[in-house]
Amino acid sequence: MSNKSTQLAAVIAEFQDQLLEGWLAGLESRLHRDKSKTIDLRGQAAQFLPLLAETLQQTTSTNIEDAGWVDVRQLLAEISQARVRQGFTPIETANFVFALKEPIFEYLRKALVDNPLQASEEIATASTLFDNLGLYTIDVYQKAREQIILRQQQELLELSTPVVQLWQNVLALPLIGTLDSSRTQVVMESLLQKIVETGALIAIIDITGVPTVDTLVAQHLLKTIAAARLMGADCIISGIRPQIAQTIVHLGVNLEDVVTKATLADAFVVALQRAGSSIQLTAGR
Amino acid sequence: MGNESFSARITSGDNSILPLKTDEDVVRLRKQVRDDLVALGFSLIEQTKMVTAASELARNTLRYGGGGEAHVSRRHDNDRTGVELRFIDNGPGIANLELAMTDGYTSGGGLGLGLSGAKRLADEFQIDTEPGKGTTVRIAKWKML
Ligand SMILES: Nc1ncnc2c1ncn2[C@@H]1O[C@H](COP(=O)(O)OP(=O)(O)OP(=O)(O)O)[C@@H](O)[C@H]1O
Ligand SMILES: [Mg+2]
Repeated sequence: MSNKSTQLAAVIAEFQDQLLEGWLAGLESRLHRDKSKTIDLRGQAAQFLPLLAETLQQTTSTNIEDAGWVDVRQLLAEISQARVRQGFTPIETANFVFALKEPIFEYLRKALVDNPLQASEEIATASTLFDNLGLYTIDVYQKAREQIILRQQQELLELSTPVVQLWQNVLALPLIGTLDSSRTQVVMESLLQKIVETGALIAIIDITGVPTVDTLVAQHLLKTIAAARLMGADCIISGIRPQIAQTIVHLGVNLEDVVTKATLADAFVVALQRAGSSIQLTAGR
Repeated sequence: MGNESFSARITSGDNSILPLKTDEDVVRLRKQVRDDLVALGFSLIEQTKMVTAASELARNTLRYGGGGEAHVSRRHDNDRTGVELRFIDNGPGIANLELAMTDGYTSGGGLGLGLSGAKRLADEFQIDTEPGKGTTVRIAKWKML
């Protein structure tokens, strides 16, 4: 096993410059022009080759899971993760390694021209090695992509519950979009949670971005207001547009006990008064 | 009334049938009703009233009727145009209609304002229900030409 990879290491070390050019030519022909321009292919390839040669010289193993391969794996992982962000496909990512096969085989054949049997053995070993390295880049690519999707999902979830502190003791919850389904529950709970955390006295629930306020939405609002009150915070509902106000009245929903304001700005003024602060406009500027 | 077979919106002329099986179906229905009212030139207030009534009845169909379907159709008269909605389910029906129509009555922990509210929000309201058979609620909104 050990002397099988020795020749490979020697070939890479000896013909590094030629291999690099052959590899780059192969890479560029496989990649879309504007994609190869966006990344530093040459830099990455020039970093990879000596590292590969060094690894092959130092470790007898061609199993890339072994400890001796940690630096190679590390470099490939970094490159693959960058490829995800750069919009490469998994195949384009794996091609980085696969494109090295042809030039390497060529130089192996040349180096072992007097020993065809050893040449074919070395090529088979190298082939398996590069296959595994290529698969490894796909694996990293896949995991990086999953990571990104997961993060985006969490960001979305957090986006849908944007409780913001407007002022000392004053919170605001700008609601946007359709309010039935479990989303309402999550949003309302996050408001109550924030009231506990901050000890806020006033919470403004702005419904400017809610297209339909039916009895289900109204009930969620009323329940939240009641729960907030139990925790010592008063709620103000703002952003009730005229058509929504009329509809609520026709539905027969009783909002008499609830402080309502037409705009978030109006609600903010009331909230400041209640929280014991005030804003003054200074003339002259 | 085999409403099981409707999995997608079926359109014929000015009529469309939408399934009411999930929360998303309710959202879709509201959108469809809103689009139709906008196309016919209804005012923002009338749009909002009718869409809200539709939302109430669709959720009742889903919640109490065990799902069903909504029929959306355009109506035309000599001097007016309108949108008619029918909410059809094969659920348990409503045994005491007067009670169900009472403001504040709910058997499911709601506000008990959906049915009576929808009646106030629409121009026409009609309900056919038979215990054990199902419920059909029809509402319409008109606009003078
Ligand atoms: N399609 C239906 N099938 C069977 N029962 C129904 C149906 N629609 C309404 N009901 C009955 O009528 C009652 C009153 O309906 P209504 O929509 O007014 O109130 P709710 O749905 O209970 O609460 P809300 O609509 O205010 O959230 C319901 O609680 C239910 O018992
Ligand atoms: Mg209801």
